[in-house]
Amino acid sequence: MTHPDLRRSRVAITRVVPPMLVALAFIAAWLLVSYEVLSARQRFLLPPPQRVLQVGFLDRHNLTEILRGLWSTTEVAVAGLCIAIVFGMLFAILMAQARWVERSFYPYAVVLQTIPIIALVPLIGFWFKFDFRSRVLVCVLISLFPVVTNTLFGLQSVDRGLLDLFRLHGAGRLAALRKLQLPAALPAAFAGFRIAAGLSVIGAIVGDFFFRQGQPGIGRLIDVYRSQLASERLFTAIFFSSLLGVVLFWVVGFIGHRAVRSWHESAEDRR
Amino acid sequence: MTFPDGTDAIAELDLAVTAGEFVAVVGPSGCGKSTLLRIASGLTTPTSGTVEIRGTQVGYVFQDATLLPWRTVLGNFEVPAELRTAPKAQRRAQAQQAIELVGLRGFEQHHPRRLSGGMRMRVSLARALTLDPELFLFDEPFGALDEITRERLQDEVLQLFERKRFAGLFVTHSVFEAAFLASRVVVMSTRPGRIVGEVEVPFAYPRPPSLRFEPHFAEVAGSISALLRRPQR
Repeated sequence: MTHPDLRRSRVAITRVVPPMLVALAFIAAWLLVSYEVLSARQRFLLPPPQRVLQVGFLDRHNLTEILRGLWSTTEVAVAGLCIAIVFGMLFAILMAQARWVERSFYPYAVVLQTIPIIALVPLIGFWFKFDFRSRVLVCVLISLFPVVTNTLFGLQSVDRGLLDLFRLHGAGRLAALRKLQLPAALPAAFAGFRIAAGLSVIGAIVGDFFFRQGQPGIGRLIDVYRSQLASERLFTAIFFSSLLGVVLFWVVGFIGHRAVRSWHESAEDRR
Repeated sequence: MTFPDGTDAIAELDLAVTAGEFVAVVGPSGCGKSTLLRIASGLTTPTSGTVEIRGTQVGYVFQDATLLPWRTVLGNFEVPAELRTAPKAQRRAQAQQAIELVGLRGFEQHHPRRLSGGMRMRVSLARALTLDPELFLFDEPFGALDEITRERLQDEVLQLFERKRFAGLFVTHSVFEAAFLASRVVVMSTRPGRIVGEVEVPFAYPRPPSLRFEPHFAEVAGSISALLRRPQR
């Protein structure tokens, strides 16, 4: 028997140390490439980490500019994600009502997923102007599909016995949807929302690249820094945009966990 | 009863269950026992033939407990009345009654996930009771439970029957379960299902749990088993 405190600290060590080692190895490799592989003239291709920290994170002017861009992109991503969730769920609910509806519409949901949205982006600009609305629309188009498929899957996986129970007691379509299908679909739907959360950030950044009216998003800044060869700021901007994706993914996951934790297996503690 | 894919589930079947009578249906797997219940409850419309039910409330205990996992035990008890849009106060009162009846006090706020398989089945049983049904249908409800739990639940069903005197139709593949619970056992053949025989169970209610181990009980069970094994046609 080991002492519980000791065991807990051992668990902490086995959890924290390996990713730390990977991070250290990563930074070491980064330094090696910056200083040993690249000559001083080429160093802008991969500036060493301390330069990125100094120019991108510690310079107030630069940091403010990047954070402003990040906020603008966050607004677009969150708006896009919310709209995608609402419409995606409505779409899934509609398709869950009858086989023929699903058969009629599902192929187009797949098409939406497979057409390169980037190719559509210029068109969207022509139709809806190059501002906030278009940026959100790109976001919605990119993150809609996982919401639709996962919610539909959840709605259709409802236990047959429970459906019988509802039918036995004369439940109408609406009651069955509200009291049975939607709650049952929640875990699967949230898995879809999480994927959509990551995609919505990608959508927002793609939108930033193309639509340049109004407050510049972080994608626009990435493009500017690229053209100026300002790689320290470029790296910082990339770091923050990844962080945005992670945070949004985590927030949606947290809400999902809270929503189903009292009853669903997925919310059980895993060790 | 013929399914769209052409499967004949039940051939000819004429069965009457009167109030205060407990009929068990035994038969091999796939003989259409469950289909019989689905037809009796109106969940499935028969290809031909009719169903007549006197009284309005039908209680149905499914093979699985079929509880809503996101609702507590109390919340699950309210489902039938809620779907029939009974007023809230009435629902609450019925749910409380059901809890008392099957001795689940203290578990009202538990989610089904935290209950054992036997407990879940008891909740399911009590839920069917909330509407005070005149006809009670059981679709092999204890098939997935262990022996000890199964016997305990059988005792409970008997107690409920002795108190409520509903018309009971209990489908099972266990000869002993049928003989222990029912006043009449109907034996069905393999698909397409038809009635191959009936056995009157001569034991009066209330029946003690020890009845299971009496020689006379074994004889009755044996006669049902013989009907099941008799070569058909």
